Amino acid sequence: MKFRKLLISLAEIFAFLKRVIKHFFLPPYEGREILRQCFLVGNKSLFLITFTAFLAGIVFTKQSRPSLASFGAESWLPSLVSQAVIRSLGPLITGLICAGKLGSNIGAELGSMQVSEQIDAMEVSGTRPFSYLVISRVTATTLMLPILVVYADIVALLGSFMTVNFFNSSSFMLYFNEVAANISYLDIFSSLIKSAFFGFAIGIVGCYAGYHSEKGTTGVGKAANTSVVVSMILIFVIDLLSLQFINLFRR
Amino acid sequence: MKDTKVHTMASTIPGSRKEDIVVTIKELKKSFGDHAVLNGVNLKLFQSENLVILGRSGTGKSVLIKCMVGLIRPDSGYINILGQDVSKLSVKEMNELRLKIGFSFQGSALYDSMTVRENLEFPLKRNLGIHDKKKLNEMVMTALEDVGLAEAVNKMPAELSGGMKKRVGIARTLILKPEIMLYDEPTAGLDPITSTEINELILSVREKYHTSSIIITHDISSARETSDRVIGLVNGKCKIEGTFEQLKSAGDPDLEPFFKY
Repeated sequence: MKFRKLLISLAEIFAFLKRVIKHFFLPPYEGREILRQCFLVGNKSLFLITFTAFLAGIVFTKQSRPSLASFGAESWLPSLVSQAVIRSLGPLITGLICAGKLGSNIGAELGSMQVSEQIDAMEVSGTRPFSYLVISRVTATTLMLPILVVYADIVALLGSFMTVNFFNSSSFMLYFNEVAANISYLDIFSSLIKSAFFGFAIGIVGCYAGYHSEKGTTGVGKAANTSVVVSMILIFVIDLLSLQFINLFRR
Repeated sequence: MKDTKVHTMASTIPGSRKEDIVVTIKELKKSFGDHAVLNGVNLKLFQSENLVILGRSGTGKSVLIKCMVGLIRPDSGYINILGQDVSKLSVKEMNELRLKIGFSFQGSALYDSMTVRENLEFPLKRNLGIHDKKKLNEMVMTALEDVGLAEAVNKMPAELSGGMKKRVGIARTLILKPEIMLYDEPTAGLDPITSTEINELILSVREKYHTSSIIITHDISSARETSDRVIGLVNGKCKIEGTFEQLKSAGDPDLEPFFKY
């Protein structure tokens, strides 16, 4: 019975994904609502991303410095930090924060709309809520995550520079020249594409959980919880898969 | 064995000619798992008629009207609304038909992130493509005045009482000038005075907008005040139909407890 339920759930998720992809290309195009959602996505997570990325930059630099110093490679610190931040740390921190902040928000918001029949009300008034509620949110998270990742990378590198500067009085130009010299276009683009997938996963999972929320307040809580947990798992899975894929090009 | 034939008592329903039929439902069935909720429902709704569907909770009243607007897909049966077979409509055609049907939800279903004004403007902007502020304001204020809530235009749904929410919900459907109104438990959870106000509103909506209505309820006073005809829904079937007084005097064992209150 459980296996049958799992298969039904998988079929439903697949149908939802198919519906989302189909509606991406079908009118009505929700330009204004997408812009509003993009603003909300950025606005909701900016403070948390700034705070955590800055601290992550400091902590990573402070932890790496003694190891590099022990075999006289302290000058490699900007190179190490930049590669770690841009390839993995920046997208991962941003993805996880957005999964927590946005995933729960989308799941709970759509869940409570489902429970209080607001989605049904949109449906029966012929207002096509799927594009308005789902497509706009999925598009917003997919577009905004790469932008937030670039921002998080910059903030983390600034945190790292401040730490280096505190110990060594290194110049800003020297530090960022080292950073630029050690990252490739492949690093940047792979990071951006990966984070777009993170955003897509967060949007899809949040919308699916909210749209299919069970009745009652526990249903809303469950939708929010599912959004966060599944999004986080998917972020790690996508990270692993993208790493495997990008390594093919690096060789 | 139980008698499954519908007892029809209403011999003279106003305007009950064949060409005046706006909704026809035949042998409608819907089950959830092993539980048969609708078990072969047959009914007709006539032009400008207020049809009350009376029945206990869980007898499939709400499922019936949700099947009508395509929110729930029935297992079998035939639904014809305004001359269109609902099962054969494309998504686009269904959305066009929905514009002619107003649905008042039990819990009002107001969009809680929007003000009352935005709630009413939402279907106008999205369905009719009206963006002119002056015209929008005029239409919103007219609909709100019709339900007696013009002063609540800039309030959030959370600031409204239960009765006010119902009124705004009705105004939101009226703004699209529907031909058919479906009321799902319009007086549920309201005090008797507010219930009477909602019943009066249902009657005034019919007068002003010339709508045909299906009113789902288990509130006997609401059924008495709003109905031209009443159908008793028992075990997912239309068991008995007639005017309110006819049903009251029929002494049907399944519906008699309603009339004792």
